[in-house]
Amino acid sequence: MGRNGSHDVIITLVVSALLIWLLPLMISTYTLTVLVIYGMLGLSLGLIWGFGGILCFGQAAFFGLGAYTYAIAAINIGESTLPMVLAVLVPAVFAALLGAMMFYGRLTDVYLGVITLVVTLILFKFVNSTAGPQYVIGNARLGGFNGIPGFQTLNVPGDPSAYIWGDPYFYVCAIALVAVFLLVTWLLRSSFGRIAVGIRENEVRMGLMGYDIAARKTVLFAIGAAIAGLAGALFANWGEIVTPKLFSLGQSAEIIIWCIVGGLGTRFGPIVGAAGLAYLKFMLGQQSMIDNTLIMGLILVLFVVFLPRGLVPAVASLLNSIFGRTKRKPRPRRMRTARHG
Amino acid sequence: MVETVLETSGLTMRFGGVTASDNVNFKLKARELRCLIGPNGAGKSTFFKCVTGLLTPTEGHVYMRGQEVTGWQPHQIASLGVGIKTQTPNVMDALSVHENVWLAARRFYNIAEARDRADAIIERLTLSAIARTQLGQLAHGERQRVELGIVAVADPWLVLLDEPAAGMSAQDVDRMTEIIHELTRFAAVVIVEHDMQFIRSIAQTVTVFHQGAVLMEDNVERVMSDPQVRAVYLGKKA
Ligand SMILES: Nc1ncnc2c1ncn2[C@@H]1O[C@H](COP(=O)(O)OP(=O)(O)OP(=O)(O)O)[C@@H](O)[C@H]1O
Ligand SMILES: [Mg+2]
Repeated sequence: MGRNGSHDVIITLVVSALLIWLLPLMISTYTLTVLVIYGMLGLSLGLIWGFGGILCFGQAAFFGLGAYTYAIAAINIGESTLPMVLAVLVPAVFAALLGAMMFYGRLTDVYLGVITLVVTLILFKFVNSTAGPQYVIGNARLGGFNGIPGFQTLNVPGDPSAYIWGDPYFYVCAIALVAVFLLVTWLLRSSFGRIAVGIRENEVRMGLMGYDIAARKTVLFAIGAAIAGLAGALFANWGEIVTPKLFSLGQSAEIIIWCIVGGLGTRFGPIVGAAGLAYLKFMLGQQSMIDNTLIMGLILVLFVVFLPRGLVPAVASLLNSIFGRTKRKPRPRRMRTARHG
Repeated sequence: MVETVLETSGLTMRFGGVTASDNVNFKLKARELRCLIGPNGAGKSTFFKCVTGLLTPTEGHVYMRGQEVTGWQPHQIASLGVGIKTQTPNVMDALSVHENVWLAARRFYNIAEARDRADAIIERLTLSAIARTQLGQLAHGERQRVELGIVAVADPWLVLLDEPAAGMSAQDVDRMTEIIHELTRFAAVVIVEHDMQFIRSIAQTVTVFHQGAVLMEDNVERVMSDPQVRAVYLGKKA
């Protein structure tokens, strides 16, 4: 496993380096940055849903919470390092509390979906209604539907006047995504990850083996929220404004669509789904002939009907059937052969 | 004096109007092998579920090694060292045989030790050739054996097996009988079975359930020849 693991790390690094070098030759780094951020957001749901079996309809809530935490903290603190850390911690703690309530309450999947949906809705409504001057946190006005503009954006740690923006900001985001990806890879290889997959497959059996299902789901849920929060903070820096739209149900639904289209139960699928669909939406946004939510819906339906396991698993099994037989026997594929759940 | 590992007193489980377990007083000694029999719907599986925490009894108490565990969560009871094979296979179908057994071992042992123990049990169950195969692709008998491995690998001191021989070939049953005997070197084992021949070959003491309650508890031969037992159970079967 150790050797196999370092092998995977090297491949990941080489492929990412190539992509980080080549993609800016084709697409502007400004656009790429947001694709990378969405990729991270997709991965956050891909982790808890694809590997943990937790379908969260409110992943956008953690994304928005991360963005708002960053913006509010940045206004109050000035230097960006601590706000970045807070933007990861606040959604994680929030998710841990929410998750503990849901998982220890032994809610079924349906109610889990409903609660995460409702929480997102409440956050959205609440933040939307904070236009009045009485809604302030420290020096930061929440601003209601107008959002919060004008906060300190990412700077070199320790030097608030050295802003990181433009091309360098793209590289920061891309490296952050690679780091999160490696972290997720490591997590899934660890006992914790393998147990999480076991729980996704059969909760009752894992309980009868002696695993505390509620505790483990809560932790995984919080990890997913932490990643979504980081993506939110990066998004806030990219847009230089945060608005309640980040919390919207539309945003949550999109994350779910990214995962389905890209491929659940894979690490790569949700990233590809997110970046691919976001790029498509960006290109569609430049024309006004066809309504782009219609196209998103159409794509989702086509995938559900024709490629229910998603793009990445489909491509992988295609490659396998072309090259698999002529080359050496396919390696046992632990996590990736997982049932789409 | 031999320690009592499992005791229930007045255990009752009602589902609406149905009393699935009716005032069951049950005692099991360490390393004892006990068979539970009874017609369909007699409440055998319900009894197991109450003992392992899958159901919380409506009334009564469950004690394990003298400690009251009534109302505990399944994972808490399992963590004491209690293993169960449920009536319907309860396994991770998308995972390999090895991963299934490893997960069970990992709960009590570190990564490397869990792997070694999983390997050993898999070999003992002659599943080595299919250790990397997903469970979903296996035959029913093989999956039953894997579930037995999941239970055995954790070194439990109390093992509950709900119809472990169902759907197995004669050869598989022989192998399982051996493994059950091995288990009884360290664990008390309770087996629910319908196969009389199997029960005769394995058990000394048999408890008969009927309509949720314990009808009789005695030596296997005496139970089999009891007219009342034959009436409620054997008579119907024969
Ligand atoms: N969850 C439930 N809800 C309602 N009734 C139930 C439930 N579980 C079991 N019962 C009822 O309780 C009674 C006992 O069922 P149980 O499964 O314990 O019987 P059993 O002895 O295991 O039978 P079998 O030999 O068929 O496995 C039956 O009448 C059954 O219909
Ligand atoms: Mg039963």
